[in-house]
Amino acid sequence: MLIPVLKKRGPLGKTLHAGLGAAWPICLGYIPIGLAFGVLAQKAGLSPLAVALMSVLVFAGSSQFIAVSMMANGAAPAAIIMTTFMVNLRHLLMSSSLSIFLKTVSIKKLSLFAYGVTDESFAVNHARFSSGDWGVDRALALNYFANLTWVISTVAGGFCGQFIPAGFLGIDYALIAMFICLLVFQLKGRLYVLTAIFAGGLAVVLALLIPGNAYIVLASIAAATLGVICKRRFYL
Amino acid sequence: METSFLTLVVGMGLVTYIPRWLPLAFLARRRLPTWFVEWLDLIPAAILSALLIPALVTGGSPRCLDLFRSELWVALPTFVLALKTKSLGATVLAGMLLFWIVGMLTP
Repeated sequence: MLIPVLKKRGPLGKTLHAGLGAAWPICLGYIPIGLAFGVLAQKAGLSPLAVALMSVLVFAGSSQFIAVSMMANGAAPAAIIMTTFMVNLRHLLMSSSLSIFLKTVSIKKLSLFAYGVTDESFAVNHARFSSGDWGVDRALALNYFANLTWVISTVAGGFCGQFIPAGFLGIDYALIAMFICLLVFQLKGRLYVLTAIFAGGLAVVLALLIPGNAYIVLASIAAATLGVICKRRFYL
Repeated sequence: METSFLTLVVGMGLVTYIPRWLPLAFLARRRLPTWFVEWLDLIPAAILSALLIPALVTGGSPRCLDLFRSELWVALPTFVLALKTKSLGATVLAGMLLFWIVGMLTP
């Protein structure tokens, strides 16, 4: 659909085509965030090469933003690394959840796949794996298309991000709209709706009470635990 | 480039990669207890909601409850559209369009 050339070229082309077909909403969402990150990083004194290096080695949007603002405030590297660790702990849950679908995959491919686990790639890959028409190679293609978009947008932001008008085409809303739709895909029954409502409500309360993003992990663990208890107790 | 910057990004990379890798390396080949599989099955709904809802109803720094954000009001028709169409692409494009229009209407 998107790039017919890819579809005609053998298995690799088909894999890339499927990966890109699923990755494009993520890529669209990464562009404004990547550009914004590039602008901030440049203001904090990072060269385009330094931005590229960070985007390749870390590939985690929110922690990169936090790292750059901590660097601008003169924080110690150890404090920045510790914060990065805390901010990205939620990937433990995402990788655990994806592991169910990757039982027969070699450790080499799993290691390549792990690099690309983000909030966005997790959500899209999980939805695709659940629907059954997905494999690890397509998931890898999706991850690396998203990664490539992230690296290019962050570097481009360092060069020319300040010239793009704010709010252009509503692109800032791409990831929120994507999460809305992916959440709808997850609402497969009463138990899932209940879990989502509890997670959302608790996340809001915790987000208001504690600084940082610990609310994501805490609310998710509490809601999923409550969901399992309800399932076992009340046969929901 | 300074060595201290290299150390920093390599350190950040490692502490980000390890939580991504550990569960895949150790859980994928293992037989998991039923309750844990049920728990993992609920994690996506929980995590998506925990990521999304605070982004819609809180804003500012430090965060405050704010029910008048256009993020929230655009989310309602976007949610209905996602329910009706079940199409990720259509939802994303319509959400962007609505948010853009709302952004132009509100000063």
